[in-house]
Amino acid sequence: MTDYDAVIIGAGHNGLICASYLAKAGKHVMVIDGRTEPGGCASSREFTPGFNVSDCAQWLSQFDQSIVKDLDLKGAGLSLGKAKATISLQPDADHLILDGDQVSGAGVDPVDQAAYRDFREMVRSFAKLMTTLYRNRPPKLVEQNWTDRFTLMKLGLKLKMLSRERLRDLMRVVMINIYDVMNEHFSHPALKSTIALDAVTGTNMGPRSPNTVYSYLHRATGEHLGQTGTTQVIGGMGALGKALATTAEKHGATLKLGTAVSAIDKTGDRVTGVTLASGETVSAKIVISNADPTTTFRDLLGYHQMEAGMAKRTEHYRSRSGTAKLHLALSALPTFTGLTEAQLSERLVITPSMDSMETALNPMKYRELSSGHIFDISIPTVEDPGLAPVGEHMLTAIVHYVPFAPDIGWEAGKPRLLNQLLEELEAYAPGIGALVKASELVVPSDFEASHGMTGGNWHHGELSIDQALMMRPFPGSTQYATAVDGLYLCGAGAHPGGSIQGLPGRNAAKEILKRGAL
Amino acid sequence: MSDVSRDTMLLTTPFHSRVEAMCDLNDWGNWMGYTTPNAYFDVELEYFALRSTTGVFDLSPMNKYRVTGPDAQRYLDRLITRDVSKIGVNRVGYAIWCDDNGQVMDDGTIFRLGEQDYRICSYQRADDWLAWNKLGFDVTIENESEAVVGLAVQGPTSCTVLTLLGCHDLNQLKPFGIAHYTFEGQPLMVSRTGFTGDLGYEVWIPPESAETLWDQLFQVGHDYLIKPIGSYALELARIEAGFLQANVDFMPAEEVVRVGRTRSPFELGLSWLVDFSKPLFNGRSALLKEQANGSRYRFAMLDVEGNKPAEHSFILKGDKQVGTVTSAAWCPTAKANIAYAQIEMPYGAAGDELVAEIYYQRELHWTRLLAPCKVIDAPIFKSPKRWQTPAPPH
Repeated sequence: MTDYDAVIIGAGHNGLICASYLAKAGKHVMVIDGRTEPGGCASSREFTPGFNVSDCAQWLSQFDQSIVKDLDLKGAGLSLGKAKATISLQPDADHLILDGDQVSGAGVDPVDQAAYRDFREMVRSFAKLMTTLYRNRPPKLVEQNWTDRFTLMKLGLKLKMLSRERLRDLMRVVMINIYDVMNEHFSHPALKSTIALDAVTGTNMGPRSPNTVYSYLHRATGEHLGQTGTTQVIGGMGALGKALATTAEKHGATLKLGTAVSAIDKTGDRVTGVTLASGETVSAKIVISNADPTTTFRDLLGYHQMEAGMAKRTEHYRSRSGTAKLHLALSALPTFTGLTEAQLSERLVITPSMDSMETALNPMKYRELSSGHIFDISIPTVEDPGLAPVGEHMLTAIVHYVPFAPDIGWEAGKPRLLNQLLEELEAYAPGIGALVKASELVVPSDFEASHGMTGGNWHHGELSIDQALMMRPFPGSTQYATAVDGLYLCGAGAHPGGSIQGLPGRNAAKEILKRGAL
Repeated sequence: MSDVSRDTMLLTTPFHSRVEAMCDLNDWGNWMGYTTPNAYFDVELEYFALRSTTGVFDLSPMNKYRVTGPDAQRYLDRLITRDVSKIGVNRVGYAIWCDDNGQVMDDGTIFRLGEQDYRICSYQRADDWLAWNKLGFDVTIENESEAVVGLAVQGPTSCTVLTLLGCHDLNQLKPFGIAHYTFEGQPLMVSRTGFTGDLGYEVWIPPESAETLWDQLFQVGHDYLIKPIGSYALELARIEAGFLQANVDFMPAEEVVRVGRTRSPFELGLSWLVDFSKPLFNGRSALLKEQANGSRYRFAMLDVEGNKPAEHSFILKGDKQVGTVTSAAWCPTAKANIAYAQIEMPYGAAGDELVAEIYYQRELHWTRLLAPCKVIDAPIFKSPKRWQTPAPPH
């Protein structure tokens, strides 16, 4: 007799979604997390008194709306802001604005404008195909299984419905990099780099890195998952985490926060539960890990508990990041040259050209600090003033590219990097430095420590074709099961991967129920 | 150990000066990158030395890995398919190891030299696989392939010869036992192991003493008709005795590039080496599945009618081709025509009657022979001396 049907490691969004679906199906589920706030990457924290920052993800752009409906997250208090335009800041203050299928400003010519519409249309058709695969368990190609065959048939049908040119384009671009694809479609440097930014967020890839078309299309699935455009969660990302926690509890799942799982217990040849940092053990018929594959297999289960080939694959699993976060508490709304106050609520990016992205990437590869960073900025207090004291504001920015462990060390590196980032911002927002009341720089190694993401990778492992679909995280541990009996995955390290999307958690629960594992 | 002074691509073993001097036929082969004799003077006479007196075979090219450290036993238990704890100190165990798909990577012997001190003697180079297996275990792996060289000293008079060499009380050593001696100031390890199915030993020593060991062995063994053995004679003996050979009877899983060409322990007749009572070992999950769902092939030893070795033959059941031969030989002592075959399931169970399609030629004249054959359930050559302790006097 076990304590629970399933114990889920990690109260991140996928863990909570998985718990909700399982609990809804009448299963006895416990979710355990070392953090005191639920949500994982969808969480908030008061980083300085009165300022409630979304401390990991800041945008919601591809959250699967079927989950919102299935779990009635709106009823649990989830509220999203309006779809945002992306404004690519230019040094001469003639900014480039991407809104839906329209692009304007910064001297973008009609040819590029038309090309942008066509590009969006193409991406939409490709992303639609991917969504077919995303809402199902990834089909294995070699095993003759009807569920997988059906998914492949649907995919085949949709491929067939693409025009000949589209199909040819898809086959051609899906394996290459976003840099080449941008150059094929556009001539405006900032337009190219603004689109390319979506291909690299949370990774350590540059636009010229292989697989960046795949990671771009991954982001583009949002529209087919029912979400049009980038939004912010009202109340901060933590509000999503809380809504998911409330929902899981409402359906009967038990949440245990503030005590980390220290080990996955294996008795004989199967996983039987977990041991907590407190020494307490929880037994369950199955253990579902929302932790990333490396943490799950290497740190919690231990290489000595699995067959050697699996340990080898875990070691080869790529999970690095060049993404940092900058949090600024501001005494007043900053001024960005060339932007109205209302425009400050949009998504602001600083990414002058794709070459500037590559130039920012290069020093990171050699564990050095870059000299010109790429910013993805949110001033959430414009749309949601409650996140900061009255009249005050907060700026958060996703910053590329920052090394995991610079040679100069973070003690010396952080103040230097912080100064530099403020200087770089000052060029677009003169006087912003003087408004800063408090600041925080969260580097990839901080994310690894605070959110348990190996290498600080936001996707729980690089989202590349060799680590995607029926190969995510790696062969032998796919379709949410692992090569170890009783151990399942429900996090971003499982299909379809990262971003606040919720599908790994949802799909994992469905697969576990379908298999009759409980 | 290598003699690279002549810029040869093939290496030579530390016994080479002596081997070369005795290799009357000058018939050389390439065994795992080393120059090794196919035959010294006459294959059949060499074979009969193994069966009647003592044959000496240079084992030096075999790979040797030392595994030590607090987790040595746990490490090996995860690596190989049998229960390592059943191998006592100063004992040797035959073992196979599989990849995660339950496909055999290699076979070899595990020497337990101390509580947490083992030596793996493998056919294939295994540095990479052994290193990957270290993840999560507190062990040290040392490649001792060149630090330890070996001779197989096999045959009815082998115990006597080695006793004369100074291995006192060797006749008390049980099969798969290890005894330690000193030879010319160097550690000499003797294990009662071998590849011939008869009384026999393997002698292990640092390379510096290789030539002296060879000289003294042949000196004391002279009256007992000690002879050097090439790989052809050994091949006859091992087929007769029922031993599989990597790269011949199965392809090491890591070397295989074509789908479906690897084999599981069950498909090689080695299920007795697989211990599912262990909760974890490489290949366990896959092998459990295979056990439940059935294997693709069966390893069969065939007693073939006639005296034409069924080399490379197709095996037929009626008109249907159901298998192929991997090793075949006319076995002189057993006076039987033996073949090892991979037979598709469900054929090839003991007693099954099949046909070997043999092609042979005499003076460019090819003949096709359909030789009836029968699956036998045990090796054809059985020597009681192999298992007797004390080792019987010649």
